[in-house]
Amino acid sequence: MATETAVDVVMPQMGVSVSEGTITRWMKQEGEQVEADETLLEISTDKVDTEVPSPASGTLTQILVQEGETVPVGTKLAQIGGTEIGGTGTGDGAGEAPAPAEPPEPAPGTEAAAPAEQQTAQASEPAAAPETAAAAPAAEPPPARASEAVSGNGKAFVSPVVARIASEHGVDPSRVAGTGRGGRVTKKDILAFVESGGAQQQQQQAAPQAPAQAPAAPPRPAPAPVAPGELLPGEQVEPITAMRRGIADHMRRSIDTAAHVTSAIEVDFTRIVAVRAGLKKEYQAAYGVNPTYLAFVAKATVDTLRDFPYVNGEMRGDSIVTRNFVNLGIAVELQEGKGLIVPVIRNAEAMNLLGLARAISELAGKARNKQLVPDDVQGGTFSITNPGGYGTFHGTPVINQPQSAILGTYALVKRPWVLEDELGNDVIAIRPIMNVTLTYDHRLVDGAYAGRFLFALRERLEGWEGDGG
Amino acid sequence: MAEITYLQAISDALRTELRRDQRVFLIGEDVGVYGGAFKVSLGFQEEFGPWRVIDAPLAESAIVGGCTGAAMMGMRPVAEMQFADFISCGWDQLVTVAAKQRWRAGTPVPMVVRLPSGGGFSGGPFHSQNPESSFAHIPGLKCVCPATPEDAKGLLISAIEDPSPVLFFEHKHLYRRIKAEVPEERYTTPIGKARTHRAGDDVSVITWGAMVHTADEAAKQLESDGVSVEIVDLRTVMPWDKAAVLESARKTSKVLVLHEDTRTGGFGAEIAATVAEEGFEDLDAPVKRIAAPDTPVPFSPPLEKAFIPQVEDIVAGLRELAEY
Repeated sequence: MATETAVDVVMPQMGVSVSEGTITRWMKQEGEQVEADETLLEISTDKVDTEVPSPASGTLTQILVQEGETVPVGTKLAQIGGTEIGGTGTGDGAGEAPAPAEPPEPAPGTEAAAPAEQQTAQASEPAAAPETAAAAPAAEPPPARASEAVSGNGKAFVSPVVARIASEHGVDPSRVAGTGRGGRVTKKDILAFVESGGAQQQQQQAAPQAPAQAPAAPPRPAPAPVAPGELLPGEQVEPITAMRRGIADHMRRSIDTAAHVTSAIEVDFTRIVAVRAGLKKEYQAAYGVNPTYLAFVAKATVDTLRDFPYVNGEMRGDSIVTRNFVNLGIAVELQEGKGLIVPVIRNAEAMNLLGLARAISELAGKARNKQLVPDDVQGGTFSITNPGGYGTFHGTPVINQPQSAILGTYALVKRPWVLEDELGNDVIAIRPIMNVTLTYDHRLVDGAYAGRFLFALRERLEGWEGDGG
Repeated sequence: MAEITYLQAISDALRTELRRDQRVFLIGEDVGVYGGAFKVSLGFQEEFGPWRVIDAPLAESAIVGGCTGAAMMGMRPVAEMQFADFISCGWDQLVTVAAKQRWRAGTPVPMVVRLPSGGGFSGGPFHSQNPESSFAHIPGLKCVCPATPEDAKGLLISAIEDPSPVLFFEHKHLYRRIKAEVPEERYTTPIGKARTHRAGDDVSVITWGAMVHTADEAAKQLESDGVSVEIVDLRTVMPWDKAAVLESARKTSKVLVLHEDTRTGGFGAEIAATVAEEGFEDLDAPVKRIAAPDTPVPFSPPLEKAFIPQVEDIVAGLRELAEY
């Protein structure tokens, strides 16, 4: 075989258990010619003394290990320069011997999953939020970054040991920040959470929720550590995401906490339709903002709340809290029924129609681009949900705890409407009518009080003045 | 204490017991004049004579059968297979007669079969196997797989004392590579007790034999990444120290079972199943196995390297568990 490149002579493996050998004699010196299989050197090992044949023909260009030295099996002992087939002429042997081909290193261990993004999946227009808009991770105080890490459902999987620790300490693992693959809560995460006192915090939060006389609700069982049971033909299964778990907990808790009552009122939007038609072009051209009906309703609601502080209030322990500001939550549906979130417009009482329209549009954009930060979804004092985009004319939303009420807006529909003309005669006209609901916590807000709020809101909307400045 | 090799520790144990107990004798192919295929009994025939260090014909069934009979008659035979692979020729005597005798007739069978096992030197399919799981499956046999010189000596003496047939799997790759200080006096290491080779908090490796050292290399590499690895050296595969394994699983909640034997039906499967069955509520990750693929051991050095679990394979496996 042609040996254009240099060939290494290595310490051979002379027996199964032999790990090293000693060179007793070199039969050739540097610069001498050697033929393949000609004895090149003698070695001595634990088991045998033997001669080592040359692995190739050529010039012995370099001896690296001298007589008397002991080296491990596989150590390079010498180098033989190459010759052409037939042995005419010798290579100079000066070239570096090619490194023996090593199998490629296996890829380093799988990298940790990329940090999960903010949880807000793509959001639809606020105007299309479903009526169950009341829940939001926003309402949770932040013991855990509930708004993180849902990619790959890593967070939804609870390992056996985490399930056990969760049940021993009464911790909801879905509220623990996960550092495992895909945001999974690891044993270390939940132990750190327990040690930092998070478990007690969770329990304290849970405590005031239970109505005093009602039989205590059984604690939520720890998520089953085993896969769901057998499926019937045609059934499919998917894991519960952290957001879905949060919504489920929140919805249930709100129903268990507040005394939900819904009142509705019909509002004639004739004037607002006209005002909006006049403003739309100007707002679009000057500010790039669409004055939506939701913006009009939001503006009228914020102004009306000023006169009805309990609707914008909260039952906090043994106290009733009211405010001189409105942090207005707008329920936003995430794509394809994957959940909902209630971003908050802070100090909405200080905004005019343009400000509110712009704020709603910005929040929708942030939600759509997954740019909401925890602050954007916390601290709401009152919420609006707008499930009317699909034509529903009525609903009974769930209150976004710990708030006291939620306003529902529905489809704007042209109706035959009975009016009085200037002579006092009844006439039937075609008018754009919207059903507006207020779902309120009857513990704090009385029915008549809610009725007066709705009446005042209707007066404001039907008698809209100016551009809403 | 003198620092001696794994192989010298085995010699030391045999010499100690030959000197101490007249019932002990060695038998095997080339154990006498030649001193054994790996020179474990070099010089023994000169010291103890040809009737206590017996050169046997090339007939493993005769060696194992002869030992079984001698043990039943009160002797303490120690047989050497030149390679563990060759024990298959003695299967019937070992499995049908020696393993069952105590249950059939109440007779103890205090014999030891030494089995040089394991690969890593291009020995190919007939000189590299780790057949411990085949024998761990046979009730009545004990299987010992020491990883250190100290254990090799203490466990071999325990094996010779034991009233049951004991298979002593000594790893060839360790013979002259592993050195450690070993007490010169006689001592025993209990069969069935694991040893914590390295204490750690994040991931447990359950292994034995030469893989203890491969795992140790991997653990050292991961230490700089802040991953703390615990290595449990089983020392004996049958009986195996279930309590120690479950305790380590409870501590770290992540378990890697590692062996040089092939994967399917390897003894690691028994360990993984037991951890899943009895330690389920302690687990924070699936139990992972690293083992050789289900093929005969290849001759080719690159293929053999791909076959036997390497440090990089274990690093990758441990990292995967740590990040789970």
